Amino acid sequence: MTARTLYDKIWDDHVVHQADDGTCLLYIDRHLVHEVTSPQAFEGLRMTGRKVRAPEKTIAVPDHNVPTTLDRANAATMTEDSRIQVQALDQNAKDFGIHYYPVSDVRQGIVHIVGPEQGWTLPGMTVVCGDSHTATHGAFGSLAHGIGTSEVEHVLATQTLIQRKAKNFKVEITGSLRPGVTAKDITMAVIGETGTAGGTGYVIEYCGQAIRELSMEGRMTVCNMAIEGGARAGLIAPDEKTYAYCMGRPHAPKGAAWEAALAYWKTLFTDEGAFFDKVVTIKAEDIAPLVTWGTSPEDVLPITAVVPSPSDFTGGKVEAVQRALDYMGLVPGQKLSDIKIDTVFIGSCTNGRIEDLRAAAAILKGKKKKDGLRAMVVPGSGLVRAQAEAEGLAQIFIDAGFEWRLAGCSMCLAMNPDQLAPGERCAATSNRNFEGRQGRGGRTHLLSPGMAAAAAITGHLTDVREMMAETV
Amino acid sequence: MDKFTTLTGIAAPMPLVNIDTDMIIPKQFLKTIKRSGLGVNLFDEMRYNLDGSEIADFVLNQPAYRKAEIIVAGDNFGCGSSREHAPWALLDFGIRCVIATSFADIFYNNCFKNGILPIVMPQEVVDILMADAKKGANARQTIDLIGQTVTTSDGQVFPFEVDGHRKHCLINGLDDIGLTLEKAAAIDSFEKKNAALHPWA
Ligand code: SF4
Repeated sequence: MTARTLYDKIWDDHVVHQADDGTCLLYIDRHLVHEVTSPQAFEGLRMTGRKVRAPEKTIAVPDHNVPTTLDRANAATMTEDSRIQVQALDQNAKDFGIHYYPVSDVRQGIVHIVGPEQGWTLPGMTVVCGDSHTATHGAFGSLAHGIGTSEVEHVLATQTLIQRKAKNFKVEITGSLRPGVTAKDITMAVIGETGTAGGTGYVIEYCGQAIRELSMEGRMTVCNMAIEGGARAGLIAPDEKTYAYCMGRPHAPKGAAWEAALAYWKTLFTDEGAFFDKVVTIKAEDIAPLVTWGTSPEDVLPITAVVPSPSDFTGGKVEAVQRALDYMGLVPGQKLSDIKIDTVFIGSCTNGRIEDLRAAAAILKGKKKKDGLRAMVVPGSGLVRAQAEAEGLAQIFIDAGFEWRLAGCSMCLAMNPDQLAPGERCAATSNRNFEGRQGRGGRTHLLSPGMAAAAAITGHLTDVREMMAETV
Repeated sequence: MDKFTTLTGIAAPMPLVNIDTDMIIPKQFLKTIKRSGLGVNLFDEMRYNLDGSEIADFVLNQPAYRKAEIIVAGDNFGCGSSREHAPWALLDFGIRCVIATSFADIFYNNCFKNGILPIVMPQEVVDILMADAKKGANARQTIDLIGQTVTTSDGQVFPFEVDGHRKHCLINGLDDIGLTLEKAAAIDSFEKKNAALHPWA
């Protein structure tokens, strides 16, 4: 048998039908649903009299619109249209009999955090969601990607997706990360290297020592931003850490089924000599704590660098960089660490897990945020929130002057009331710094949780390593 | 879904790279539970001032391009979120075709599901089409999906590639779900086999 990549193997195991032109019907093991991209799909089912084919494999949770303030049980905290959207999901979940974690459930949270946490996401599965950050689930060695609403309807009705196979892209991170450098920096470094379109048409497999050394939380952070690099999915081969994370989760197999699953999962790796269409190798020790300066996730530089000039670029990027600098209110040559910020946002499906909160709390412990700065922590799920409270992290944030919120997407995309005002500048642990992403005219700098915490203390973008030196 | 065979229309030039889905339709308009009505908010933040008045020099506000049916753009069009509201907004405005050197994958796919034809052209062709589009309202370009060509207002013809299955669906206005349900037997037997092999899934 020819040597196959991890992607090849998962793909092969899910092909229901292959047409002569290579278009495949791919079976979907898990379908995650949220309130923003699903109402039109359920409406489509109703209009055509179709059912959800596999309600037991379909899991829904509201996350994008929901307020994260402590008073959210009060319906008045939601705008009319948000409420309609969340109510539509409540109703659709009930009518079609799918698994549901309503806002009132402690397990509610960002769909990409809830799926793994509840053991829905397991190695070797195909996972889809009407959301581009579905790539997150690739951390388990599952083929996970975002789909549009028409495809949501297609999966609801048929439990399959029409797909053409992507190409294989290997991203290897050799060696070990230096102190203060995290999974977020790895994934931003990859995008900085390959560009936001570098992964288009590919599925990325992340491998190498630095990836193996990451926790499952860190691996989810890496795969989460595969989409920012243009790839539809990111993958990491499962290993002992993966199994340990999955074991005992509410929807993970138990007993003999666990043993059978484990035996299969152990076959999920890229064979020696398998072919990759594209390979990029980055040395972990070359990666510094990174921040974005522009309005595309590829606009990334080490915190020690200065704002670039449009003349450093070529082609269509020259105009884009000028536009980005105007939008961001920055001038070439300015030190990144001199950029003052107004708001710090810690959360999102990129960095809203327990490890992220631990990393931020480690920097904030015994310190206070800068006066006048707005700072919030939005845990990725109700369970992450509960754990952070049990570990004493919540108190550290509160003592440092942060708002300690309930779970949701919040200021990652600002569909709920958490928004930036025009011109307001935010250090954010989320994944997109597009114009208007966090509120019209808002300015976003993407960075790791530790870097966000450091910025909250000083009031400007700051090298987290300086703060670490202080604590030792 | 409306069929797409040929189209002759005004092409709006948007010589920007990385036009993302947040630009195409900002998130405050994603709270709808319908597919229609998003056209007025297409490119909202580039198109309107905070007080709701139009920004005169934005291309789709210029008299020549208010009825554009084609957009010619830079690299990586449609990157960002998977929101299908982006093609819905384009379609609701009247855009049926986008031409660029490259597209983000999910957006590209979403276009076909909604009767919009995304065309990938090499940079030198996009440059020619962009220059042609900049001539204004009389510069109508013709897209022939059956023959797979784009013709400029002055008669230059450029071929393009499109996946056979997608072309077939677009030309005939076919719904994927109906086609897939014809393969229900194959799905049934896959599920049986899978339940035996991977019972935990
Ligand atoms: S946290 Fe942000 S990126 Fe993640 S699902 Fe929510 S809105 Fe999307």
